[in-house]
Amino acid sequence: MAAKPHGRWIAALLLGAGLLILVAPFYFTFVFATHERAQIFSAPPPLWFGAQFLGNLELLTERLPFWRNVGMSIYVGLMTTALNLLLCSLAGFAFAVYEFRFKRGLFACVVGSMMLPSFLNMIPGYLVVDALGWIDQPRALYIPAAAGALGIFMMRQYIASAIPFELLDAARMDGCSELRIFRSVVLPLLGPALGTLGLITFIASWNNFVGPLVVLRSVEQYTLPLALRSMQSPNNTEWGALMAGSAIAMLPLLLAFVFFAKRLVAGLTAGAVRG
Amino acid sequence: MKSLLRQLGGRAAAPYLFVAPFFLLFAAFGLFPLLFSIVLSLHQWDASAGLGAMQWVGLQNYWYALTDPWFRSSLGHTFWYGLAAGLPQHLLALPLAYYIHRRLKRSRNFVVGSYFLPYITSSVAIALIFSTLLSKDFGFINLILPGTPRDWLGDADYAMPAIAFVVFWRYLGWNLVLYLSALQVIDESLYEAATLDGAGPWQQFRHITLPLLRPMIYFAVTMTIIGSLQLFDEPFILVDSESGVAPAVMTTAMFMYRMAFSYGDFGTASAISWLLFLVIAALSWGNHRLFGQAGGEHGR
Repeated sequence: MAAKPHGRWIAALLLGAGLLILVAPFYFTFVFATHERAQIFSAPPPLWFGAQFLGNLELLTERLPFWRNVGMSIYVGLMTTALNLLLCSLAGFAFAVYEFRFKRGLFACVVGSMMLPSFLNMIPGYLVVDALGWIDQPRALYIPAAAGALGIFMMRQYIASAIPFELLDAARMDGCSELRIFRSVVLPLLGPALGTLGLITFIASWNNFVGPLVVLRSVEQYTLPLALRSMQSPNNTEWGALMAGSAIAMLPLLLAFVFFAKRLVAGLTAGAVRG
Repeated sequence: MKSLLRQLGGRAAAPYLFVAPFFLLFAAFGLFPLLFSIVLSLHQWDASAGLGAMQWVGLQNYWYALTDPWFRSSLGHTFWYGLAAGLPQHLLALPLAYYIHRRLKRSRNFVVGSYFLPYITSSVAIALIFSTLLSKDFGFINLILPGTPRDWLGDADYAMPAIAFVVFWRYLGWNLVLYLSALQVIDESLYEAATLDGAGPWQQFRHITLPLLRPMIYFAVTMTIIGSLQLFDEPFILVDSESGVAPAVMTTAMFMYRMAFSYGDFGTASAISWLLFLVIAALSWGNHRLFGQAGGEHGR
């Protein structure tokens, strides 16, 4: 069935226009990051890279404890990811291979919580963190985030489909404890699933805005998104510096995406296409 | 001690041991807050005075929210964003995914990747770049659009469409990827058989693709409903909360945030969150009636 040639051209043209609209804001972030405020708001705005990137970076570090904010984002991201991977692989393992009382009920709890809108938790979650005295501390972000239902769901699916149960029985015959089986037999086989879940978790933590907005107070504790927002003011926002910060916030994700695009897409859509 | 450890490592106790850390955190930071917010929504409470100062007021917070004009207008804005940003997402993502699936071979990964990128990028960074592009004096968008420059983010009539566009821009690729992943599992032989039977491209799309995509349409639309009714980041950053237009673009999630953290009224804020939850549940149920039921016959 040969489509009409001009129809095909129109479709390709629309697709290309769409691509341009999608990529343009990224392009401008990086271009503006290399210009001064005055240049950004001149007519026409700069369309090509300038020489002001280091100057913008200097401005950024004058106004903010910028590198500390970057460090905070990395620290919170790594802690969230490590905890989440550990807890979710353990629980996912239990749900995949054991039969135990309350198993169905507990799993229904996990899946059910995936359906609940996250903002329901915002206020009481803040109050719990406050009651624990964790306000303005990074642990207020990574400890609650470690109990991710999506992670358990993914891990259970993966373990049930990728780990041969005979392997577990063989290990038991050799006198392995269950914990040892998890550590020495199961965990090494979970590489791909851990990688995917880790990537998703880290990205979500890196981009998280509302969580830090609610629990962090002092600018030294701010993660990157919060730090960037705090530089925005009605009158004299240093847009060049802000764009340099945004570019730095975007860069790790762009790189992660270039290297792991397939894995990332597969992981993010895992919840959608369950078999 | 050793025997206790061995017992814990034993087969009967092991699963409980393995799920315990997760469920401890889940109880503390998921379940308990959820239940507590129901209790909270039925109380009036000055948070600074401690838990003892909670005062039972029944459904008064709900009544207060429902009769508040700001709550109603925020709900109106939320719906408006949901429609203006959400509907085009699907109307465009579906045919686009179909086109990419059937026509693109070599450039596919690149195209899909580019469309998907906004979804994984920081909402703050995106909102910030859009606020420069949409700036009223020399913003790029005023430069390429004909006519007099518009104050996109300072004028309520333009701020709402501008915000909706940013949201649409951000989530189009996510839906595209969802539809593409569903298209990939459709059996090619169905199309071959249809071609032999003399069905044209449109008929094939209408009678094979659309029905088989129904479960995914159901899922994707549900995600859009849940997501867009909680819209917060983009309008919160694009429009300064001190500016005059802020009330005119405020979403319900922003209103709830303001109620709790600007006015310290956690009771009413919790009531608002449950009202919004009811709206989401009702819409999801409606969506289930529309797309979900017949979808159950396929797949799964």
